[in-house]
Amino acid sequence: MTLFGHRPPLFAQIGLAIVVINLLVAIFGPWLAPYDQSQSVGDTWAPSSAHMLLGADQIGRDMLTRLIYGARMTIGIAAATTALSFLIGITLGFTAAVVGKWVDVALSRVVDIMLSIPQLIFALIILGVFGSSIPVLIITIAVLDSTRVFRLARALGMNLTVLEFVEAARLRGEGLWWVIRREILPNAAAPLISEFGLRFCFNFLFVAALSFLGIGVQPPYADWGGMVRDNAPAINFGLYAPLYPALAIAALTVGVNLVVDWLLSIDARPSGAQAEM
Amino acid sequence: MSDDLVLHLEQLKVETIKGAVLVDNVDVTLRRGEILGLIGESGAGKSTIGLASMAYARAGCRITGGNIIINGTELRASTAAQRRNFRGKSIAYIAQSAAASFNPAMTLMEQVCEAPVTHGVMPRAEAQAYAVRLFRTLQLPNPETFGDRYPHQVSGGQLQRAMAAMAMSCRPDVIVLDEPTTALDVTTQIEVLALLRDLIREFGTAGLYITHDLAVVAQIAHRIMVLRHGKMVEVGAAKQVLEEPATPYATALVNERRESEHIALPEPPKNVHPVLVIKDVDAGYGDVPVVKGINLSIARGETFAIVGESGSGKSSMARVVVGLLPRWTGDVRLDGESLSPALPQRPRDRLRRVQMVHQMPDVALNPRQTLAEIIGRPVGFYFNRPRSAIKQRVVELLQLVGLPPDFVSRRPGQLSGGQKQRVCIARALAAEPDLIICDEPTSALDPLVAEEVLKILRRLQDELGVAYMFITHDLGTVRRIAHRTAVMLKGEIIAQGPTADIFSPPFHPYTERLIASVPEMDTQWLDGVLERRTLQ
Repeated sequence: MTLFGHRPPLFAQIGLAIVVINLLVAIFGPWLAPYDQSQSVGDTWAPSSAHMLLGADQIGRDMLTRLIYGARMTIGIAAATTALSFLIGITLGFTAAVVGKWVDVALSRVVDIMLSIPQLIFALIILGVFGSSIPVLIITIAVLDSTRVFRLARALGMNLTVLEFVEAARLRGEGLWWVIRREILPNAAAPLISEFGLRFCFNFLFVAALSFLGIGVQPPYADWGGMVRDNAPAINFGLYAPLYPALAIAALTVGVNLVVDWLLSIDARPSGAQAEM
Repeated sequence: MSDDLVLHLEQLKVETIKGAVLVDNVDVTLRRGEILGLIGESGAGKSTIGLASMAYARAGCRITGGNIIINGTELRASTAAQRRNFRGKSIAYIAQSAAASFNPAMTLMEQVCEAPVTHGVMPRAEAQAYAVRLFRTLQLPNPETFGDRYPHQVSGGQLQRAMAAMAMSCRPDVIVLDEPTTALDVTTQIEVLALLRDLIREFGTAGLYITHDLAVVAQIAHRIMVLRHGKMVEVGAAKQVLEEPATPYATALVNERRESEHIALPEPPKNVHPVLVIKDVDAGYGDVPVVKGINLSIARGETFAIVGESGSGKSSMARVVVGLLPRWTGDVRLDGESLSPALPQRPRDRLRRVQMVHQMPDVALNPRQTLAEIIGRPVGFYFNRPRSAIKQRVVELLQLVGLPPDFVSRRPGQLSGGQKQRVCIARALAAEPDLIICDEPTSALDPLVAEEVLKILRRLQDELGVAYMFITHDLGTVRRIAHRTAVMLKGEIIAQGPTADIFSPPFHPYTERLIASVPEMDTQWLDGVLERRTLQ
């Protein structure tokens, strides 16, 4: 198997497998799940059985069903957040790099201020004020996360904007949007794609953390962070219930990281050989 | 085999990991105190051989065959640790760009002493004393304290000499010089060249001198090897290769240099209506002026050359004209109409009429766009033509610069340096400009390729009547292509007039110095110049 013209090593293949499975589950969840996500089908923390493979949760809903719907919700929110974050971060970052001068100074200082406030506290305040709904959640995390994307995009843009083909476009009289979209973005794509994977991981963990704290995804929707919190007391009775969603979070994080590591390594050494003969 | 053979490359073969052959069965022998010049165009494998003589290959390349013998020891069979012990100690390397090869965070002395101390050749105190001696031999200012400076505190020519000191610090038997003077100005180049030659002679070191400039190698090498596509074309005594080359390729290389020594002026344009007038222009960065009191005018269909060394303000002149560097005072008029100082205030049609061809074709073309997009964009942008007409025009433009029409779907990465520069010219022509500013358009190209590009520029001028503002440091090019020339020094034009007048007596003293600094292919030239200087 080759991807981007390279054969992924074993760890990257494992990572790819995890990511692909999670994505398929997230997309086709409602058709795969044996029950409805809010349907109570057994006793509290019922052990695993033939009709409930992973047992039941704290109010008797099927754990496997909740995990499948949770994948949909958690991955969906993280993906939407990351996409929005990149849209904001790349646009503003490239604008700062290309226009420079006071635009760059203004944007960079705003980003510095936002970065100086701990992200979780910031999110808690916003979600506390506006109330937690899925759109507010996505926009909040995206705006917070876009500061990091801004930093990367600005640095990449700075390196590209001094190149002569960008100068040629500006001499031609091209507008800002053309320069960003046609001259800079295609040449910054490789590092941005790997960064997308990493930021997805952080956002995914952030959504899970907020849900664990109770201000993320609200019931009755299933999501992995919330499931860990809801089932946490089961640990006291020696039951596995909270470990399933926790494992799902860990597995996807590791999986995405394995893929990103591999992508970064392709990007870093295109010729694929050490220098010594 | 004679005892004084210090470096012997036998049947050397270097390939990329994908299997492309970079160096194909090349034999190199070097005796003590001898200098061998490696000559060839880019991609000929010169630098690869230079590195391979230290048993080193760049990332992505491998030495796949042959023997590398230094002082009787075969390096390919040695362990990595043994090879490391040879590098710097028995064989040293001087890179083309000294500025990129020094660590900016360490003083020069620390870097010069690093190799002898880590190789255990001499203790630090002795290494420092030796370094000071080398600095003195290389005529660096204040040799005792020169080493306390950081790389950014010295000039390019001084840094290149410091690098020579670094290479000599372990008293190596062989020194590999990879285009050590190419990045320097002509006037600096002679000094460095003379000092390198004296240094090598004084210490009896053998040298492998890599360059693309025959005139430079003529001054320093005993023998010359001509390479092409990784293969040896011709090898022989320097005088013999330069005066009676045996192979057609070497003959072509030598003739190209000879031809550029002629003053062959094209027909001056009869129409003297000026397309560009620059009047009393001052400009600079921050508070620092870089161009001062510039006055010139360029006629339609004329080639106006601006020559000067780096830092003379010639590229800044171009930036003032296109509006990237807003002028402080004075006026720039295009066809009688004043241009706004800054680029964003200029209307699209004014932008169209002044186009630019950059120095480095590698970075002047977006690597992610096809030629259809690169050349087609200005057509669509300025003339608002339908898609089919743009396609048609791109093909016409490609043919105009001598490229096949099926190149439309290629990307810059699939082109050679000369082809890329032709695409840059096609892109400029797509705007149907009155004036093209050529900022060193041939200096990044091999001589034979540069020759082609110059011919294309000449032909296009004849056909289309476009004017060129031709910025260069290469006097040979100027003499051949420019109708009129201005010489710049420290931001000012010190001489201006028809090219033939500028290059014939009475000279301005600086112009004379510039002309005298351009190496000639005579092996005695350097000695002659140095002699004349001491007489003065």
